[in-house]
Amino acid sequence: MKRVYVNEKWCLGCHLCEYNCAFANSGETDMAKALRGKVIHPRLHIEGQGEIHYAVSCRHCTDPLCVKSCISGALSIQDGTVKIDHDKCVGCLTCVLVCPYGAVAPGPDGAATKCELCLENACGAPACAAGCPNNAIVYEEREEASA
Amino acid sequence: MKRYVIVGGGIAGIHCIEGIRSADRSGSITLISAEADSNYGRPLISYYLEGATDEEKMSYRGSDFYERNGVTALHGVTAEKLDPTAKTLTLSDGQVLPYDALCVAAGSGPFVPPFAGLDTVPQEKKFTFMTLSDARGLMQAVTPESRVLIIGGGLIGLKCAEGLYAHTKHLTVCDLAPHVLSSILQPESAEIVEQHLKAKGIRLMLGDSAKEFQGTKALMNSGETVEFDLLVLAIGVRPNTGLIKDAGGDVNRGIVTDASMATTIPCVYAAGDCVESKNIITGGQGILAILPNAAMQGRTAGINMAGGEAVFDGGIPMNSMGLMGVHLMTAGSYYEESNGGQVYMEASEGSYKKLFTKDGYLTGFILMGDLHRAGIYTALIRERRPLDSIDFETVKKDPSLLPFGAEYRRQTLGGVV
Repeated sequence: MKRVYVNEKWCLGCHLCEYNCAFANSGETDMAKALRGKVIHPRLHIEGQGEIHYAVSCRHCTDPLCVKSCISGALSIQDGTVKIDHDKCVGCLTCVLVCPYGAVAPGPDGAATKCELCLENACGAPACAAGCPNNAIVYEEREEASA
Repeated sequence: MKRYVIVGGGIAGIHCIEGIRSADRSGSITLISAEADSNYGRPLISYYLEGATDEEKMSYRGSDFYERNGVTALHGVTAEKLDPTAKTLTLSDGQVLPYDALCVAAGSGPFVPPFAGLDTVPQEKKFTFMTLSDARGLMQAVTPESRVLIIGGGLIGLKCAEGLYAHTKHLTVCDLAPHVLSSILQPESAEIVEQHLKAKGIRLMLGDSAKEFQGTKALMNSGETVEFDLLVLAIGVRPNTGLIKDAGGDVNRGIVTDASMATTIPCVYAAGDCVESKNIITGGQGILAILPNAAMQGRTAGINMAGGEAVFDGGIPMNSMGLMGVHLMTAGSYYEESNGGQVYMEASEGSYKKLFTKDGYLTGFILMGDLHRAGIYTALIRERRPLDSIDFETVKKDPSLLPFGAEYRRQTLGGVV
């Protein structure tokens, strides 16, 4: 399946992916309206230090600990994508406790949020990758245990 | 066609079904649930009581789960006798089920010590808090005027208090231990939680418990008398091991299994809160009664029952819980200077972090407030990653992938994991 992959050598640390992510998941059609003056809650984030930058988002693990640890059954794997049912989530944050990459976060309303590859929103494919100016984030098929 | 029988409809049982079906689509599966309900997230009962979820949302795998997986679910019956020679299971209704592979995922039940006069407390005012049925009962019984006494200030007692707080403010929690959550917190961190609970108006009676009950009165060890309308007994839990023990299988505190989740009885497996498993940090065997372990053990058992190969190679104790507005996460074992470990601590208004290391490994943590990316710490514990292989000085202040190095990031962010 296609996943989001990161090449940190190409990352400029411009944070555009965070804004594209927040916009894609806002349900709004106008970016300025969606983001202006608001605290954004992107589902990926840029981290790094000095010259090193990279984006971190859900790896859609083949054997995800978050899904196995979810107390409500809100997290599930659908066609390889790790999804969260917002209504079922009670905000216990056990998924935050177990994700080795720190890729699940408490959301603004208490429920957990994570990257769902923009498959459910209007983008249909990850907005972070589509908008990355330097191809540091790509959305593609890769072999297991390669890289 | 193989005949599978699963005893218990909790998380381990559900994952056992999924494990079986990942390897065998055609065998028959019969699930026995002593409860009238099954296939729900057990820790959700406090959220249900609070009104933060409902029965439909609580369905762990959806209401068509048994149908989709070709499972015959028998509710309201218990497994009475396991005959390892005949390979049959006798149920409380007299039915005898033959099996080719069986999994005991019977969980645990409430532990209620023999309090003097407990039988004088009217049945309709006396509760334990383990099942959806318990939560429904409490919800029907509680009114805004109800004075509730909860015996036990552990995870179950306090989550029950949180749920009840949506209905009544007259809550008293007592515990023999000097602090709340004594199984997962230390005095200092427990005090933060205690202050928070007290600020909400919950009365805590710590280092104290009921000596005797007289109807709707509890005579406490301290000499005080607590009058109540509802009593919740949340002292502890006891693993349901009887079926295996009576059949001659090895049982310590929990059912003994190997890494394939097989018990010492041929063709009989066990998973979840009723089994003992390896603690990755200490190497010792013990009961790690948390949902993620039940899920992984259940799935492992199911795959092996169906002839596949899977291993559960141990777990660590860990918890994430919100409690009336304060959220805390704990994991692992707490080693300090006094027992050969080292501590890193940060505390500020609304945030608390304590990391425990020993022999060059992270062994445990207590976090409150800022919980972002706590899983990076949990992974360090679970994977037993030597701390000298990363920049721990950086990660202990701020959990990120930076201190793990470019190669680690290339593999995890640039590859399939």
